[in-house]
Amino acid sequence: MIKITLIFLQLVFFIVIAPFLSGLITKIKNYSKMRRGQSVFQPYYNLIKLFSKGQVVSETASWIFRVTPFIVISSVLTVALLVPVFILSNPLYRMGDFLVIIFIFALGRFFLALAALDTGSSFGGMGSSREMFISSLVEPALCLVVFSLFMQFGSTNIFVFSGNHAVSVASIVGAIALFLIAIAETSRIPVDNQETHLELTMVHEAMVLEYSGRSLALIEMALYVKQMIWFFLIAQIIFPIAAPGSINSSALFFWGLWYLARILVIAVVVAFIEVLVAKMRLFRVADFLGFVFVLGAIAAICAILGV
Amino acid sequence: MLDTLLKQFFIFDSLSLFFLGVIFIISLPSAIYSLGYLKGECSFRKIILSWTLLVLFVLSMAIIVTISNVFLFLVAWEIMSLVSYFLVVFDTTHEKSIQAGTIYIIMTHIGTAFLVAAFMMMYKYAHSFDFVVIKNACLAMPAPVKDSIFLMLLVGFGTKAGIVPLHIWLPYAHPQAPSHISSIMSGVMIKTAIYGIIRFVICLLGVNSSWWGVLILILAVITCLVGVIYALMERDLKRLLAYSSVENVGIILLGLGLSMLLLSLNMSYLAVFSLMAGLYHLINHAIFKGLLFLGAGSVYKATGTRDIEKLGGLIKRMPQSAVYFLIGSMAISALPPLNGFVSEWLTLQAFFLSAFNSAGGTRLFLGICASLFALTSGLAAACFVKAFGMVFLGLPRSHYAENAKEVPLSMKSGMFFLSLLVVVFGLAAAGIIKLLVKVSAVAMNIDIGSMSFSLNNFTLPAQAGQSIYLSVPMLASVLLVTGLLGFVAYLLFNKGKLVIYNTWDCGYYKLGPRNEYTGTAFSKPFRIAFSFFLLPYRKTQKVRESFYHIKSFAYETRTTFVFKKYVYGPLVVFILRSAKFMRRIQPGSIHLYLAYIFSTLLLLIIFMYKF
Repeated sequence: MIKITLIFLQLVFFIVIAPFLSGLITKIKNYSKMRRGQSVFQPYYNLIKLFSKGQVVSETASWIFRVTPFIVISSVLTVALLVPVFILSNPLYRMGDFLVIIFIFALGRFFLALAALDTGSSFGGMGSSREMFISSLVEPALCLVVFSLFMQFGSTNIFVFSGNHAVSVASIVGAIALFLIAIAETSRIPVDNQETHLELTMVHEAMVLEYSGRSLALIEMALYVKQMIWFFLIAQIIFPIAAPGSINSSALFFWGLWYLARILVIAVVVAFIEVLVAKMRLFRVADFLGFVFVLGAIAAICAILGV
Repeated sequence: MLDTLLKQFFIFDSLSLFFLGVIFIISLPSAIYSLGYLKGECSFRKIILSWTLLVLFVLSMAIIVTISNVFLFLVAWEIMSLVSYFLVVFDTTHEKSIQAGTIYIIMTHIGTAFLVAAFMMMYKYAHSFDFVVIKNACLAMPAPVKDSIFLMLLVGFGTKAGIVPLHIWLPYAHPQAPSHISSIMSGVMIKTAIYGIIRFVICLLGVNSSWWGVLILILAVITCLVGVIYALMERDLKRLLAYSSVENVGIILLGLGLSMLLLSLNMSYLAVFSLMAGLYHLINHAIFKGLLFLGAGSVYKATGTRDIEKLGGLIKRMPQSAVYFLIGSMAISALPPLNGFVSEWLTLQAFFLSAFNSAGGTRLFLGICASLFALTSGLAAACFVKAFGMVFLGLPRSHYAENAKEVPLSMKSGMFFLSLLVVVFGLAAAGIIKLLVKVSAVAMNIDIGSMSFSLNNFTLPAQAGQSIYLSVPMLASVLLVTGLLGFVAYLLFNKGKLVIYNTWDCGYYKLGPRNEYTGTAFSKPFRIAFSFFLLPYRKTQKVRESFYHIKSFAYETRTTFVFKKYVYGPLVVFILRSAKFMRRIQPGSIHLYLAYIFSTLLLLIIFMYKF
């Protein structure tokens, strides 16, 4: 029973906190532009609004378009269950394999790209093509980062680096590479822009352009959770944290605080990068990801050398 | 009598039985499929001919994987090549078929020539054609001889398997055959070459030095990348699948090459593991590529075209075929919980585990191989988003697609069977891994008694006692449950109306098929990113009525086939030119020919006497 509660808690943990991160990033961006901006809780309001609205479905669309929101949310929530968050035994952590996670994310992306083509709109095609382009170039860099982790910890299971471990050069370089990958995967500047609806720049937004109402809410939710999972993974590598030694309330409280703080730190960095950097041209993204690949290779070499 | 004959000329170890299983698992649904596919396509006599050829084809492949005599192996190999040639040119009304067949038969005979040379060298040491005798003789063979035999076998079997740069025939021949034959050719025939490499290089010859494995790994990575990049650019559905077969042969060879490298480094458990990963991908590829070719055949049957740019919207016109093609596309893109995911994951794990247990430069090499393999897998997903999206989704781009009808039951049932296998081979991964470990252990003659298994958990007793864990049924159920959670949330907030309306058209006019994204447009980012290899060129032509008004606009884009242009093109030119040169010694005078014969005789006598 306690195991099922834990699994449920973990799901709630991701679903409840994830939109806040996006709200926070937007807020920081607004403040740094000397604007008051929307509330930190705006993403929640948006979700509630979308859930209570009707939706328009294109007459060209087939069942692929209808089922995609469920597959997208399922792929993301599955990963949210597989990553070890509460370091007590959860039977699903054994499957928390980094490579499996990459493949599961690919499942959601595959269907989102198909759904974008399903309506016959050229916006969708554009978004789908660009998304698959970016994601396929991300793969080799991501694989090298996982490889460097494997060389350090001897397994691809996230569980092995969830506890306390020494931060080596390899993990720092790997975490930076992973951070840049996360920017590309969560459609943030400089790779993509979540805020624009201009066909020249958008990638993810172009794919979901035809979605509205509850379906859109599910997809947005999936994006928030996915972003949080990436931040969480990076935090595990670069800010390792030991499980609390004793189960008294104050130790648990501070542990929990630090646990969340590391994710917030990453969100703040993302926000400042969004403010400081301009969006790249699509074909510059290939160069950007080439750079990430080199970083991944450096991380792998560092891991092999044992530094 | 029969019993002794079987014992003398055939082997039925688990490696042979595995390949026999692969052959029949794909041939059966393809044969059923052909009932509907050939109906109305050609005359009754030709259908009889096609069945005869099909039976001969399958039989020759079955003999190839079970025979234990090199000479008979060659005979069966040649029968397979010839029968498949006749199947490629089966559709004689097409001019393309003849051309494809010619390229195929030339390439396959170049390959066979290398095989004959390799087998003759083996015979020189063994003085027998029997596998067992050859195996014993290979133990005493000097290393340089072994190396050269290995290279010849690699070229010989590599031509059949479609290793880059010997893949040139594959995208011509596979699409040109009738679809059920394409599915057998891509699913099974190219796998007989993999069988050849395993049987002759690993079993008989014995892996000698580590560069064999390294060479195969490098070739495999190149094969993967080249195959998938060409597949992405392709607009002919069946050629796209053929190029994707090239890619998947690369993935299989990754497992195979890795296991050879590990054998030479004395890491036998990991070698068994990685060969198992390769074999797993082999049977998976046979299943989903068979399925995809059958799907492409259904599209062709229903619409009469294979051009992606002329299709679209078929999901509404042929809903069942669309589901089957989708399952195949998902599997080949390595999406969980289907079978392609399991074998690609195993291959990656094999790379990581062996890198962890080796040292120095080998580690980095394996890491880079693994990352390029990951790139391939990403590109393959993009390729099949394009294939499925352009063919089945959106609006029909031509009247061919608009008037498509669902295919008959016999074709659907063939595809249904293979789709079922795709799912089964994903969910039942644990049991299949167990079986395949035994097969690969037999192939490498390694005792796996101390390798431990529990359901879904593969533990290596090697150096650090590492274990990797994957439970596909559990993963599938978690995916299902979380998906249902989303669905429940969707139902709970059932407030607003659902309106069916036009696709958003920016407020202009109703969108038509001409506004849709095309396959060529879809692959444009890739064409630009890989322009150093694809060397694309484009031509634009404007016809102006006046300065302000353009009457018509022509746009043409094409990619350069590097191997065809820079390797095979010059080679063909060279051969033709030297043939022209050689023609001078053939003036037609009988006296001269007598002189030739006489001088040849003299030379031979001198040769015999002196050497």
